[in-house]
Amino acid sequence: MTTTYAPAPARQTRAASPHQAARGRASRRRKLVWIAEHAVAVGLACAFIGPIVFIFLTSVMTDGQSLTTNLWPHHWQWSNYRTVFATAPVGTWLVNTVLYAVAATAATLLSSVPIAYALARLRFKGRNTAFLCVITMMMLPPQVLVIPMYLMWARLHLTGTIWPLVLPSLFGDAFSVFLLRQFLLTVPEDYLNAARIDGCGELRVLTRVVLPMMRPALVAVGLFSFFNAWNDYYGPLIYTGETPAHWTLALGLATFKTSHAVQWNLTMAATLIAMAPVIIVFFFAQKAFIEGVTLTGVKG
Amino acid sequence: MATQLQLTPAPLRARLRRNRLRVLLFLAPGLVGFAVFLVYPLVMTVWLSFTNSNMISPARFVGLRNYRYLLDGDPLIWHAIRNTGWLVAVMVPAQVLFALGVAMVTARLKAGASLFRTLFYLPALAPPVAATVAFVCMFNPNSGPVNRILGLLGIHGPLWFNSPGWSKPALTLLALWGSGTMMVIFLAALLEVPAELYEAAELDGAGSWHRFRYVTLPTISPVVLFATVTGVIAGLQYFTQAMVASQVANGNIQPAPGYPDGSTLTFPQQLYIAGFNQFHAGYACALAVVLFVVAMAFTVVLLRRASGFDIEEAPR
Repeated sequence: MTTTYAPAPARQTRAASPHQAARGRASRRRKLVWIAEHAVAVGLACAFIGPIVFIFLTSVMTDGQSLTTNLWPHHWQWSNYRTVFATAPVGTWLVNTVLYAVAATAATLLSSVPIAYALARLRFKGRNTAFLCVITMMMLPPQVLVIPMYLMWARLHLTGTIWPLVLPSLFGDAFSVFLLRQFLLTVPEDYLNAARIDGCGELRVLTRVVLPMMRPALVAVGLFSFFNAWNDYYGPLIYTGETPAHWTLALGLATFKTSHAVQWNLTMAATLIAMAPVIIVFFFAQKAFIEGVTLTGVKG
Repeated sequence: MATQLQLTPAPLRARLRRNRLRVLLFLAPGLVGFAVFLVYPLVMTVWLSFTNSNMISPARFVGLRNYRYLLDGDPLIWHAIRNTGWLVAVMVPAQVLFALGVAMVTARLKAGASLFRTLFYLPALAPPVAATVAFVCMFNPNSGPVNRILGLLGIHGPLWFNSPGWSKPALTLLALWGSGTMMVIFLAALLEVPAELYEAAELDGAGSWHRFRYVTLPTISPVVLFATVTGVIAGLQYFTQAMVASQVANGNIQPAPGYPDGSTLTFPQQLYIAGFNQFHAGYACALAVVLFVVAMAFTVVLLRRASGFDIEEAPR
């Protein structure tokens, strides 16, 4: 905790011998600090990545070995991944999850951009109030509203399907609106005014000038809403918990160990199937993720 | 916009009306969503909390009966309140401190900083259900690697997810593993602290602790506050990991909420059980109202400090 980030100021001493000794000590100390810092970082990296490696190694063990404390598989039993699909309807869960995630992402992007643009770039009375409403929606625990929402969807005969999870995204997602607005505030007003003077209406300004500039923010929001849906457990539990045909991967995985597999190896294979898309996409689009996260927190 | 008004000779009133129409058009989906998915259910939650609604037959007004049941009647609710309180008071601060520490280490790295940041952030994206299942397996007292490693160090590991005393600390370790989002936010804030401030402090003879206390901390404190409040609100909602951990660790097909011994029963879980297992929708709504009041109190703290949202900075 007692560390600094500023580089130590360079000593402006001549090469006189006592000074040289001091300089030697300082550089040795700096080298030791360098090693210590990087050792801590490597240790942390092992702790962060270790569980994922463990999941993978366990997922290819034989039934017998996954009951032991062995860490390295004696026999790489790749067929576990086929067995998983045969022991539980993992395929159905996957299809449902992809449907939910794709639909929710498309709906979120479509609906949130104009709202964010109005909040960041249009002048109107009550704009700050409107933005406070967005923050309130973002901060509100979903559990607060869940009973009336369930009753509402039940009256529309949509409980037991993924529609209650997708349809609300058509009306703007608070977190996405927030993130897009933060990004839009960084777009220089001059660009927009130039287009306005050229006679563009606000819709044209948005689609022709702002949207192309927004690509990184759109990618971040799209990724976040995709994985939000992919990772969601509470929503599917509430609305499709009673209809296994509409279960998502999160729901199925939660009961996988207790209802389908005695051994850990198959459970870990199913776990890795749920994690894999996140890991793969992350390594291709990590910049977008990290820029997105930074955008939500750095404005102080 | 001001320039536009001067450049265009159209009458001002007509332009203002058109502007209002345009704003309405842009905001329309959000306004509908706000009414249907926030205002309506919120009003209904408050109303239902004063009824005996059971989700099927029509609700009847029962006054404060649900709230009285909450205060003395529900045998499990104080368990749930204590557990959620523990998570907010221990897990969230632990997460903030850990993320801050990791961010400070990462900020100092000269080689491979962005690689390390990537690795530290990755687990934050892991699906909570998958992460929880994996942790229960890793912390399994018989076959898991954690107690084996502890054993090599001469420590007799606890029962973790199977022990009432260790289940919440185990969930805390799971939360630390996934605290990459906070870490990225802190790291960005740390890298924005102006280097001149450190140089000035150093010239004044400030040691590294003083530089942290009087330069770093004041500069990043709005971000820390933002992360703490959002962390607290996430702590109040804590549901998935607790529910899945108890299910998997218990190993029984019959759900055992709060296993072991009610130690992981959180407030939102009790709300879920009341509403969707016992069909006491009225009582569940009373719990929801309590959750709403507490979450909003923390949100107000955040907005009072007006950090993180730069409402004032929006172009006028």
